[in-house]
Amino acid sequence: MKAFDEILKETKFFHGLAPEYIQLLAGCASNVRFDPGEYVFREGESANAFYLIRHGQVALELHDPRRGQLIIDTLNEDEVLGWSWLFPPYKWVYSARAVILTRAIAMDGKCLRDKCDSDPVLGYDLMKRFAVVMIDRLQATRLQVLNVYG
Amino acid sequence: MVEQALFQDQLVADPMTSTPFRIGRVVKESYDTFTLELVPQGRYQTFPFAPGQFNMLYVFGVGEIPISISGDPQHPSLLVHTTRAVGTVTKAMRALKVGDAIGVRGPFGSAWPVKEARGYDVVFVAGGIGLAPLRPALYQVLAQRDRYGKIVLLYGTRSPEDILFRSELEKWRSRFDLEIYVTVDYANSKWHGNVGVVTRLIPKAPFDPLNTIAMVCGPEVMMRFTALELQKRGVPSDHIYISMERNMKCATGFCGHCQFGPTFICKNGPVYPYNQLQSWLALWEV
Repeated sequence: MKAFDEILKETKFFHGLAPEYIQLLAGCASNVRFDPGEYVFREGESANAFYLIRHGQVALELHDPRRGQLIIDTLNEDEVLGWSWLFPPYKWVYSARAVILTRAIAMDGKCLRDKCDSDPVLGYDLMKRFAVVMIDRLQATRLQVLNVYG
Repeated sequence: MVEQALFQDQLVADPMTSTPFRIGRVVKESYDTFTLELVPQGRYQTFPFAPGQFNMLYVFGVGEIPISISGDPQHPSLLVHTTRAVGTVTKAMRALKVGDAIGVRGPFGSAWPVKEARGYDVVFVAGGIGLAPLRPALYQVLAQRDRYGKIVLLYGTRSPEDILFRSELEKWRSRFDLEIYVTVDYANSKWHGNVGVVTRLIPKAPFDPLNTIAMVCGPEVMMRFTALELQKRGVPSDHIYISMERNMKCATGFCGHCQFGPTFICKNGPVYPYNQLQSWLALWEV
């Protein structure tokens, strides 16, 4: 079985990160698995981790009292799920549900925050990586709300 | 291309004169989108066209509008158009019944680069009703499947209920030589596919960017962002083709209604290499 540092190094998200940091972050990683329909997290719960999806698909959902559960985004293999662990109040804003059998690496948020606080270079690097993910999602969301298909 | 189609088949003597066709079948694709299958009348038995071309359809007594051909170029005995009922003419068109007459002028305009794409991976990116003008190109590429590399269809639409040509997409999906990815803007939890804009599908779609021809059709904003994403992936801008839409009237480049920068969409388009229009697309009021 591959060690976490090997796996993290191969992900798109951590691509190019210095080996000593990969080694350090591997200490915050664990394997998780979600069956189809199982919730990874629910809106309002404490946000203590983010997930690097290795296989499967996760739907981000929002509950609308009139229309029920609405899927607002889906995330697939090699994508990053969750950034609420980065900012107070550390609560999930949406719910995340596995659409099919999903395997992921869970990165412990508290562990990561501690490492980033004690090493601002790592913190800045990680923040830049999340900024790219956030900008991509923001741009896609802008198109989504524009109702571009007419 | 227009002249070729017109004079080879002698379908229409005068491109300004409508020829009456009969409606052979009406298919409801979604709550606001429908397909009309038109049958040529009299001495006209076939209607040859190139994928990407359009016709001017005339609802008698109501008005005339440009609509892309959505049928199979290999079966020219049936003329197929798919459109959304949004304005006066398209709403009147939706009310037409089997056996009713409709006027047809065409085919007009440039075509998708189906021949030029031989030897390349071909990526079709469709947004909403934009799948309809791309379908003839897909038919043609699939009819000569061994001449192309990978074939990928990326299709984005508003909701699962808005998906066009559903049964055909399902049939295509069962093929092993065509990759289809569908995404919607929003869905409820019964939907098991992707949610998000179509541009999100591009980074992971299976094609070789440097050896790809992309054909993109949908609203202009969607095409602009799709082209950006394709370029980000490494597809050269002259390998990206888009289909433009403007208010067309004469369809022969005389009236000027559809002028877009230095070109007339009806005559020089609607299909263009992206690099030809790229600088104009960002300009206001063009």
